Amino acid sequence: MSTNTISISDFPAYRPVTLRLHDWVTTVDHKRLGILYILYSLFFLVIGGIEATIMRIQLIRPHNDFVSPEVFNRMFTMHGTTMIFFVAMPLVFGFANYLVPLMIGARDMAFPRLNAFSFWMTALGGVFLYFSFLGGDGLYGGGGAPDVGWFAYAPLTARTFSVGHSADFWVLSLLSSGIGSIGTAINIITTILCMRCPGMTLGKMPLLAWLNLTMGGLVVLAVSPLTAAQLMLLVDRYLGGHFFDTQAGGSAVIWMHFFWIFGHPEVYVLAIPAFAFASEIIPVFSRKAIFGYRVMVLATIAIGFISMSVWAHHMFTVGMSSGANMFFVLSTMAIAVPTGIKNFNWLATMWGGKIRFATPMLFCVAFLFQFLIGGLTGVTLAVAPFDWNLSNSYYLVAHFHYVIVGAILFATFGAFYYWFPKASGKMYNETLGKLHFWLFLIGFHLTFDFMHIPGLLGMPRRIYTYEPGRGWEIWNVIVTIGVFFQAAGILVFVFNLTWSYFRGQVAGNDPWDAWTLEWSTSSPPPEYNYAVVPAVRSRRPLWDLKHPEDPDWRYE
Amino acid sequence: MSPTNIFAPASTPADSIFGLSMFVIFTVTAIFIVVGALLTYAIVKFRNKNGDDRTEPAQIYGSSQVEMAWTVIPVLIVVALSLATARVIASVQDAPRPPGALEVTVIGHQYWWEYRYPKLNIVTANELHIPVSDPARPTPTFLTLLSADTDHSFWVPRLGGKTDLIPNHPNSMWIDPPEPGLYLGQCAQYCGVQHAKMLIRVYAQKREDFDRWVHQQQQLPHASADAAISAGQRVFESTACVNCHTVSGTSANGRFGPDLTHLMSRETIASGAAANTPEMLRLWIKNPDAIKPGSKMPAMGLSDRDLDRVTAYLETLR
Repeated sequence: MSTNTISISDFPAYRPVTLRLHDWVTTVDHKRLGILYILYSLFFLVIGGIEATIMRIQLIRPHNDFVSPEVFNRMFTMHGTTMIFFVAMPLVFGFANYLVPLMIGARDMAFPRLNAFSFWMTALGGVFLYFSFLGGDGLYGGGGAPDVGWFAYAPLTARTFSVGHSADFWVLSLLSSGIGSIGTAINIITTILCMRCPGMTLGKMPLLAWLNLTMGGLVVLAVSPLTAAQLMLLVDRYLGGHFFDTQAGGSAVIWMHFFWIFGHPEVYVLAIPAFAFASEIIPVFSRKAIFGYRVMVLATIAIGFISMSVWAHHMFTVGMSSGANMFFVLSTMAIAVPTGIKNFNWLATMWGGKIRFATPMLFCVAFLFQFLIGGLTGVTLAVAPFDWNLSNSYYLVAHFHYVIVGAILFATFGAFYYWFPKASGKMYNETLGKLHFWLFLIGFHLTFDFMHIPGLLGMPRRIYTYEPGRGWEIWNVIVTIGVFFQAAGILVFVFNLTWSYFRGQVAGNDPWDAWTLEWSTSSPPPEYNYAVVPAVRSRRPLWDLKHPEDPDWRYE
Repeated sequence: MSPTNIFAPASTPADSIFGLSMFVIFTVTAIFIVVGALLTYAIVKFRNKNGDDRTEPAQIYGSSQVEMAWTVIPVLIVVALSLATARVIASVQDAPRPPGALEVTVIGHQYWWEYRYPKLNIVTANELHIPVSDPARPTPTFLTLLSADTDHSFWVPRLGGKTDLIPNHPNSMWIDPPEPGLYLGQCAQYCGVQHAKMLIRVYAQKREDFDRWVHQQQQLPHASADAAISAGQRVFESTACVNCHTVSGTSANGRFGPDLTHLMSRETIASGAAANTPEMLRLWIKNPDAIKPGSKMPAMGLSDRDLDRVTAYLETLR
C-alpha cells in the first residue's frame, strides 16, 4: 500500500465508527449476519456459563446457602433457555449463514432481508428473556426472571403458579426467537436448493450443505409446534384459555407433547450441524476424502425422519401405556443405527490417512469419543424401565451435557478454529488453541463424567440443595471443580480469537490445504464472495485443481 | 452406601429394572470398548509421522460391504435390546393386582405428600407406611398418583422407577419390598420453589407392625385435661392453622396442608426436611422459612407463649 493512493480495501478504515456500526446493524450480507449470530451466541455463552457456575457453587456441599432457592430456580431456567435458544441455535445459524453460500459457490443467501430480519428477531428474543430480570416482577412481586425450568411444564406456567410477568417474558422470548429460527431455516433450505453454483448437483454438495439442509427442514417442522404452544400458553395466561390450565380441565400432558415434539428434533437441529463440522474437518486433517458420502447423506436424512418420532422418550415417566412406551423405545433405539453409521464413517475416513493434529482436529477427535459415550448413555436412557430411574436425575443431566457440550460444542470449537482464518484473514495462535483444548477437555471430563454418578445414586435434577449422607457429596465437589477448568478454557479461547484477530499472522486463502470452495476465495472473502461464480465437477473442487492428474470426478 | 442407590433394588419392579439395566450397561460397555479401541488405534496408527513428506495418502471413497456390516450389526443389537426392554415394560406396567394388595392414594402438593388409605380410612402425610410383601404370598402396595397443583414425581430408587403425579392425569405404580426398612426418595419433577425439600420416606413394616400402625392411625386423639395443652388447642383452633390442617375429632378440617391428627407418629416434619423434635416443631411453627424457605406454610406471628402452647398441643397428637 502506498501513501498517496487510496485503494478500495483501505476505504472502510476511513469511515467513522458510528457509520461502521450502522453498516453492521443494517447489513444483509450473509457473512456479516453469520458473524453477528456467532458473536451474539458467544456473549450468551459467557452469561449462561456464569449461571451454571452459580448453580455449581451452590451445589458444592449439602445445605449450602450461596443462593436462595428462588435464585437457584431462576438460574437453571435461564441457563437452559439461554444455552439452547441463545447460544446453540444462533451458533448453528451463524455457521450455516456464513458457510453455506460460500461452500455452494453462491454470492449470498436466497433471501438476504429475511436473513437480517431473522437475526434481529432472534436477538430480540434474548433481550426479552433478560429484560425479565427487570420487568418480570409485575405488580405481584413474583420475582424477576422465569423460574419454571427450560421446558416450562404446565401447569407451573399458569398464572396461579407463576404470578408476575417472568413467565410471559419466557414465552415472548421463545416466540420471537422461534420466528427468527423458522425464517432462517426457510432461507437455508431455499439457498441450498436454488443457489448452488454450476455443476454442483445435490450429489456433489459438500456434506455440510446436506446436513444443514436437513437441519433446516427439522427447524421448520420442530420449531413451529413450539411457537404454536407459546401462543396457546399466552392465550391461557391472558385470554382465559384452558389448553394447559389443569384447574379448568386443561391438560398438562399436551404441553409435554408440544414441547418435546420440538425438543427432541431440536437435539438433532444442534447435532447435525456439529456432524457437518466433523464431516468437513476430519477429511481435511486426515488428508482423505470422506468415507461413504452417499451413506452419510442417507444416514443424515434417516436421522432427520426418525428424530420426528422419538419425542415421547422424554415422557416415559408420565404414565403412557405400555404399548406407547414400547413404540418410543424402539424408535429411539432405531436412531442409534444411522448415528452409529456416521461414527463408523468418520472412523473409516481417518483409517489409512495421515492425521494432522492441529487444534480443529483435536476438537473433532474428542468429539468422536465423547459423542460415542453420549450416544451410548442415550441408549441406556432409551430403555424405558432404566429411564424410570434415570429420567430427571443427574445422570440425565450428565448425558445431555455430554451430547451438547462434549459432542456439539467440541465440534463447534473445532469449526471456530478451522474457519477463523477464513473469516478473519488471520491465523489463530496454535499454542493457545491447544491450551484451550486441554483445559476444556479436563474440565469437561471432571464435570460431566462424574455428574453421572450422583444420578445413579438417586440425585434428581433441579434441586437447590440436598441432604447429606446420600453418597452425593464428593461427586458434587469434583463436578464443581471441573467448571473452573472449563471457564479457564473459554477465557483462553476468547483471548486467542480476539488477540489473533488484531495481531495474528496473515492466514492466506487456504491455510489447511483444503478442498471445498470457500478456500478458493480470499480470506476474509469479499462481500460478493466470488468475483467469478465457480463451476465444479466433483465434491472436492479444490482437490481437482490441486491434483489434475487424479481428479475426484473420475470416481464419482 | 447410598440409601438411594438405583443398583440396590429392594422390590420386584426395582429388581426387574436392575436386571435389564445390567444387561444394557454390559452391552453399551462392550460397544464402547470395541469402537473406542478402533478409534484409538486409528488416531495412533495413522497420525502424520514427523518428517513425513507432503504426499497425500490413498483416497478411498467408501465400501458397500463395510457399510452393510456396520448397519446390520447395530440393527441386531437394537432389536435384542428392544425385545428385552419390552418384556420388562410389560412385567412392570401390566402386572396383575393380587387380592392382598394394599391401595394407597398419593397426592402431590407443593412441597409435601398426602397419603390416603381409602380402605383403611387413614390419611397421613410425608411418611408412607406399607407392609412387607412375602414373595410366597405377595401383598404389594399399589399407589394411585394424583396431584393437587403442579407436576411432581414419586421416586424411591430402591423400590422402583419414578412415576409422575400430574393434575388431571391419574397414574399408578406398585412396590413390594420383602424386607422391612426405611426407604428414601424425593420428588423428581420440578414443582416450584421447594422442590428440593419434598422428600419421601417409605417405611416397610412387618405385618404385625404395620397392623399396629394402622390401628393407631385409626384412633382419634383424646382431648387432654391439661390446661396448658387445651390452651394450645384453643390457639391452634382460633388461628388460620385450621384452614389448612385437619385434626380429626376437632374443628380443624383444612386440606391444603398435611393432616396433623397423628403428627407425633411421624419422625420428620416439613416433608422430611427436619426431625420431628419439639425444638424443630416450634421453629417450624414460628418461622417455616427458617427450615424450608418458600414453603406454603405462613408464619402466623404467634407470641412466644402461644408458640409454646401450640407446640405442647401438637405434641399430644399421637
